Amino acid sequence: MASYAGELSPHQDAAVQVTDLHRSFNKAGGVLNGLDLEIAPGEFVALLGRSGSGKSTLLRALAGLDRGVAGTGRVEVPAKVSVVFQDSRLLPWKRVLDNVVLGLRAGDARERGLQALAEVGLDGRDKAWPHELSGGEQQRAALARSLVRDPELLLADEPFGALDALTRIRMHTLLRKLCEVHQPAVLLVTHDVDEAIVLADRVIVLDGGVVRHDARIELGTRRSQADPAFARLRAQLLSELGVEDDHDAPRPTAGRLSERAAS
Amino acid sequence: MTTLTAPSRRAISSETEDVRPSRRRLGPGQPIRFGGLVGIVALLGAWIVGSATGLLDPRTLTEPWTVVATAETLIENGRLQESLVTSGVRAALGLGLGVAVGLVLALVSGLSRVGETLIDGPIQVKRSIPTLALIPLLILWLGIGEPMKIITIALAVFVPIYIHTHNGLRTIEGRYAELAETLGVTRWEFIRHVVLPGAMPGFLLGLRFAVTSSLLALVVVEVINATSGIGHMITLASSYGQTDIIVVGLVVYALLGVTADAVVRFIERKALSWRRTLAS
Repeated sequence: MASYAGELSPHQDAAVQVTDLHRSFNKAGGVLNGLDLEIAPGEFVALLGRSGSGKSTLLRALAGLDRGVAGTGRVEVPAKVSVVFQDSRLLPWKRVLDNVVLGLRAGDARERGLQALAEVGLDGRDKAWPHELSGGEQQRAALARSLVRDPELLLADEPFGALDALTRIRMHTLLRKLCEVHQPAVLLVTHDVDEAIVLADRVIVLDGGVVRHDARIELGTRRSQADPAFARLRAQLLSELGVEDDHDAPRPTAGRLSERAAS
Repeated sequence: MTTLTAPSRRAISSETEDVRPSRRRLGPGQPIRFGGLVGIVALLGAWIVGSATGLLDPRTLTEPWTVVATAETLIENGRLQESLVTSGVRAALGLGLGVAVGLVLALVSGLSRVGETLIDGPIQVKRSIPTLALIPLLILWLGIGEPMKIITIALAVFVPIYIHTHNGLRTIEGRYAELAETLGVTRWEFIRHVVLPGAMPGFLLGLRFAVTSSLLALVVVEVINATSGIGHMITLASSYGQTDIIVVGLVVYALLGVTADAVVRFIERKALSWRRTLAS
């Protein structure tokens, strides 16, 4: 069985250290087959992969939510891990602030909760019921709930997958900003290649239960889809994911198309 | 567009126009204000007219004005209040005991597999025995005094409380438990912030059924063998052919039931305000 260490080994300075991780749900075949992964403190890693490639299985292993799943290997994560799910998972019977500070054991929990809500742009909504918030606002509240715990590792499982395209762009900006302030190590599971390139320091492509591609993104802090380097990286990642027909890619010959992509 | 009827023209005023295609309404349409009261008033009217014209024999059903006069007399000599307090206390004690027992059993059974294997089976068996059928046995065990009456009511009450609370507990979504795990809450915090509020809608539904059951059981235990209470008053009146007193007793039972239901609905509105706003 995998050992689930609450603390880092003293000789390592990585935030996450995964060694030879195997996980399988049935006897037919494994979902993760000897996966190795290291994430440095404060590093933003995007995890791409096709459906069934083991992205969520890896994330759940890191979150400690895969008890009962057969497997072996070593998973070492920091003591403070927060998870953001695809659904905001706010308790419908608790007001927003009570959701944010749920289980937070600190004397000034409420003040910190209010501060976190202000940080995600939800000041004044602390007494609202979750269903009174829009989808984007609910996901912001979920972000506040994660960040108020000062995580050393933030695990996000397609957190913007259910949001509309415009809200998603705003959430990208917000998440980048929050990560610069709080400096957690982040593992973001997504199948949106653009999202991965815009947000991450490093992109990992998972395939067949192992890391197939692992590369740092050298695009600087201002990342525009109009940048040719962006487009090249995008095409490369898509081909790693097995998508050859990239109809969305900006084409240099068609001026109007690249304008649309840049906007 | 061909299935639509021709656009109808309804002029509201000379300058504004309201032209729209309209379809035949199939639903019941606008709700009627105070609609719930109309049927009751009609029934009361029929009673008054029937009594006044002599269509209703006073020996079958007393005239409404006699019932009012009887109620006044019963209130003046204190019999009505006395009976009402006795019956009310009986129902409240039985209801309280039954709710407490049902709630504890539901929590134990809903939160632990061991509890479920021990508790759920016997309660499902108990559910299939009508509580009122247990009265002969309860009389042998407890006599015909107050304990028997209260236990009978409690037995009728705890089953709906258990069933609905247990169901409420079991239908709390697993993703909330998963969330609580990632937030690192203790078991007690989990019960307090996730389990109990999550099971609240089920519990309150059970409570509404329980209140009805408790009144039913109250009537039965009071009519069978009682020396006090509304039921006793009715039984006594029945032996002397006093339909007016019987009707007063029935009205009091109805008022008890309506009041209890209103109280539960009030609690529901307060406790489930997070839901009410959703419905509105």
